[in-house]
Amino acid sequence: MTLAAHDLSFGYPGHSVGAGVSVKVAPGEALALLGPNGGGKTTLLKTMLGLLKPLGGIVTLDGQRLADLSVGERARRIGYVPQAHAGAFAFAVRDVVLMGRTAHQGLFASPTAADRAVVETKLDELGIADLADRPYTMISGGERQLVLIARALAQEPRHVVLDEPTASLDFGNQGKVMRQIQLLTGRGLGVLFTTHDPNQAMRYAHRVALLGGGRLLAEGAPADVLSVAALSGLYGSHVSAVQQQDTTVFLPN
Amino acid sequence: MTGRFGAIGGISIGLVLLLLGVAVAFSVGRFPISVSDLGIALWSKLIGQPSGLPPAVDAVIFNIRGPRVLAAILCGAALAVAGAAFQGLFRNPLVSPDILGASSGAALGAIAGIFFSLGVLAIQALAFGGGLVAVALVYLIGTSIRSGDIALVLVLTGVVIGSLLGAGVGLLKYLADPYNQLPAMTFWLLGSLAGTDRNDLLPLFGPIALGTAALLALRWRMNVMSLPEDEARALGLATGPLRFAIIAAATLVTSASVAAAGIIGWVGLIVPHMARFLVGPEFGRLVPTAALLGGGYLLLIDTLARSAAQVEIPLGILTAVIGTPVFIWLLVSARKSWS
Repeated sequence: MTLAAHDLSFGYPGHSVGAGVSVKVAPGEALALLGPNGGGKTTLLKTMLGLLKPLGGIVTLDGQRLADLSVGERARRIGYVPQAHAGAFAFAVRDVVLMGRTAHQGLFASPTAADRAVVETKLDELGIADLADRPYTMISGGERQLVLIARALAQEPRHVVLDEPTASLDFGNQGKVMRQIQLLTGRGLGVLFTTHDPNQAMRYAHRVALLGGGRLLAEGAPADVLSVAALSGLYGSHVSAVQQQDTTVFLPN
Repeated sequence: MTGRFGAIGGISIGLVLLLLGVAVAFSVGRFPISVSDLGIALWSKLIGQPSGLPPAVDAVIFNIRGPRVLAAILCGAALAVAGAAFQGLFRNPLVSPDILGASSGAALGAIAGIFFSLGVLAIQALAFGGGLVAVALVYLIGTSIRSGDIALVLVLTGVVIGSLLGAGVGLLKYLADPYNQLPAMTFWLLGSLAGTDRNDLLPLFGPIALGTAALLALRWRMNVMSLPEDEARALGLATGPLRFAIIAAATLVTSASVAAAGIIGWVGLIVPHMARFLVGPEFGRLVPTAALLGGGYLLLIDTLARSAAQVEIPLGILTAVIGTPVFIWLLVSARKSWS
């Protein structure tokens, strides 16, 4: 029941981004992927979702090679939450979440009553039931992120992969979204997310992987991996830390 | 709600406008047919009894105006449905059904047919085939370029191939006989249903019904295909085959329409906006609403084309003259429906 990369080389055809990465996400556990811009976080994420073919090594899902699974089978096991975007068309929020049910339907099918029931449950779980009839294009960035999480949950996956879930969100919404992500692991889902904020990794992740220059620099429990020295090295810029009782807060200098 | 009306509301509005258009189309012209005469004639035909109407009325309904009305409805519906499909697929509300070169390919086929003095049927066949071949070419080139956003690459390839085909059309026009061939070419390029008769209806109906049925069957997948490529795949879609199916279906209906009526711009661009304004972007509602609105819209335009002046006005000119202000109005008032 794990999503794992084994000695993974990843990138685009003819353009390698990273190599030698082994990480795994277990059920009920959140893995935060931390690293500088251009460090290969998003490319690694897309490879672990099966959107990009590995250049070397393999990705396994519950012991099976990800590449051997059909695109529909992958979608029933891994939910993907992209960075919130405006969207080209004004679909109702309910319809956006319903799109998460696609992998559970036949080629020519439309959503069934059962699909709709799943969607209502997910909207309730994320506390956005009141948005259901609003156009997705007209809600705030934080709300969109919650809608996309609801859509991923509507896939009824075992793992959820989030690409910078709090990028471009205000402070309050960052907290809201991260608390929802914390609840996912509480429900037994494996969670993989990228972030720019070491404090988020410290607070919400069970494990942290540091990715710099396409290489895995460290991997382990947040308290073991996250240090002033490690972060300063990772970002190539001095980082300081403030100790508050048993919490460490990192600050960029 | 994202649209002003639900599915039933939107489809009802489309249907009422279409029926209104039919009534107006029959009652306008050199030989006006009243709604009651139209009803009597259709009912008699249905139960196989003589209608008791003057033979001239029957002839106008079944041989002259009727086929033209049906052709206008079919072409309008086809262009609107294809426009809605392409706008969704390319995630761009400014796309029209000829974005992948269907019209430029059809134009080159038809112009070549006129240039070589072929018959009407051959010209239509060349136009239909030209549209399909052009889009197939764009698709092959576009999908073999493996870089960047596939939707964007396809659109750019369509623009490039379209302009190359346009050069071919220009060359043939330049070489054509300016007294016999050039006026026919110009007329074809501006779009017209003036020559439509009963025999044109089946070749028009077949591909349009087939393509529209395919798009209706794929309606839910088309919603998901309007998301960015990575998201559609992560939601479980085999985007490559689906994109091919949607492009094939939309090209089939566009090419059938262009082969029968020449190039009619604007309908496929603005009617999907009107439909989205009514029922929102969900394709299960959008496709039927766009088909009904498109049929009614082109029927109205065609009625104007044959009755507003002493001579037939080319459809492409009317759709542009009417389409521009309508589009600007849509931009101003209904921006929320798509942005």
